[in-house]
Amino acid sequence: MQINKNIAISDNGFLFNPATGESYSVNPSGTELLQHIKEGKTQDEIRAIFLEKYDTDMNTFDKDYQDFTEVMKQHQLATKLPNQ
Amino acid sequence: MMKPTYTIALSGLNATDNPGPGVAVARGLREAKSFESRLIGFAYESLEPGIYMHDLFDKIYQIPYPSAGIEVLKARLKYINEQENLDVIIPNFDAELYSFMKLEKDLLEMDIHTYLPTMEQFEERHKVNLPEFGEKYDILVPQSKAIFDSSELYQLAADYSYPLLVKGKFYDAYIAYNIDQAKNFFNKVSAKWGLPIVVQEFVRGDEYNVTGLGDGKGNTIAAVPMRKQYITDKGKAWGGISIGNKEMLKITEHFLKETKWRGGFELELMKSQDGNFHLLEINPRMPAWIYLAVGVGQNIPEALVNLAMGNEVSPYTHYDVGKMFVRYAYDMIVNLDEFEKISSMGEL
Repeated sequence: MQINKNIAISDNGFLFNPATGESYSVNPSGTELLQHIKEGKTQDEIRAIFLEKYDTDMNTFDKDYQDFTEVMKQHQLATKLPNQ
Repeated sequence: MMKPTYTIALSGLNATDNPGPGVAVARGLREAKSFESRLIGFAYESLEPGIYMHDLFDKIYQIPYPSAGIEVLKARLKYINEQENLDVIIPNFDAELYSFMKLEKDLLEMDIHTYLPTMEQFEERHKVNLPEFGEKYDILVPQSKAIFDSSELYQLAADYSYPLLVKGKFYDAYIAYNIDQAKNFFNKVSAKWGLPIVVQEFVRGDEYNVTGLGDGKGNTIAAVPMRKQYITDKGKAWGGISIGNKEMLKITEHFLKETKWRGGFELELMKSQDGNFHLLEINPRMPAWIYLAVGVGQNIPEALVNLAMGNEVSPYTHYDVGKMFVRYAYDMIVNLDEFEKISSMGEL
């Protein structure tokens, strides 16, 4: 998953798409997830971090990750990388 | 170096919920760096809020409605010029542009400059002529037809499906979901703005706008795209944000290059779900949200005055993306004698 070019993300989880003028707010978990995606980490790497840090399991994480990234794609904020 | 001082008259002082651009244009002119200004407001009605904004306007004159005819307007402008020695007039209403374009030469003889589109540019971009305009300049426009009688709505059934837009020739647009609504809107809009009525295909999508300035030679002097964030029940932007959309800038440059548009303008665009921008309307003047352009680094009113005065103007190449405007309502306290003066004397 790759955040689209030009998308501005603030530390507070505020996203702005300069091409459309749309803005979005994400919660703290979403902000952290975005940060990892932005750093180029894969789903496996992010999962490992979240499982270590939070009281969650692999299935829940994968489902939430898919939901979150689908919404990102729908809003043209991110694109799926070919190898993912 | 000493800055020149220009006496600039402008209309559109109706800063209401359906605002004219005058107050925003005046704010831009007050912030101009290349000249000082003395601003003269032109008003049609005595309750236009700009009349009472003494920090923006130095003097106000009432001017006749376009329906009074060009000669009446000319006589009034002559009188005002004798009092004020005007350098530039910026008409800010679609409905008055025709008269000012017709008077362009007469005004120049009075040493009053304007910076308006040519009559041909003004006419061909008219919403009545938009399909031909789109075809001529290879710009995507929604299908539309100008009609003069509500019975023609029945004949449109073959080419149009509901919902469709029923639009006035100058202002107003309503979405009709069936023939009965379309007939109602036809009567409502034609009673207010006259005929023809434009029936336009409804393009579902997100609305975007660009304001800019063309130098009449095909060059883009300024262009700022905006996305409406808060829309009033009249469809007017009450809040918006500057955006960095390359496609919109490309369409704007194409429009200016092909038409050699002269003056300020606003393009109303709809981005349909397939990602294409459809040109809904070309407003032949600066929009009411023009102060956003000033706020993001392109003082279009200032550049327009400099072009009108024959000064050299370098095109703006940059603007800040992600800056917003948020409009607000504000109650001014006005003494009755001011209202009395503008109402009875036509000057304040």
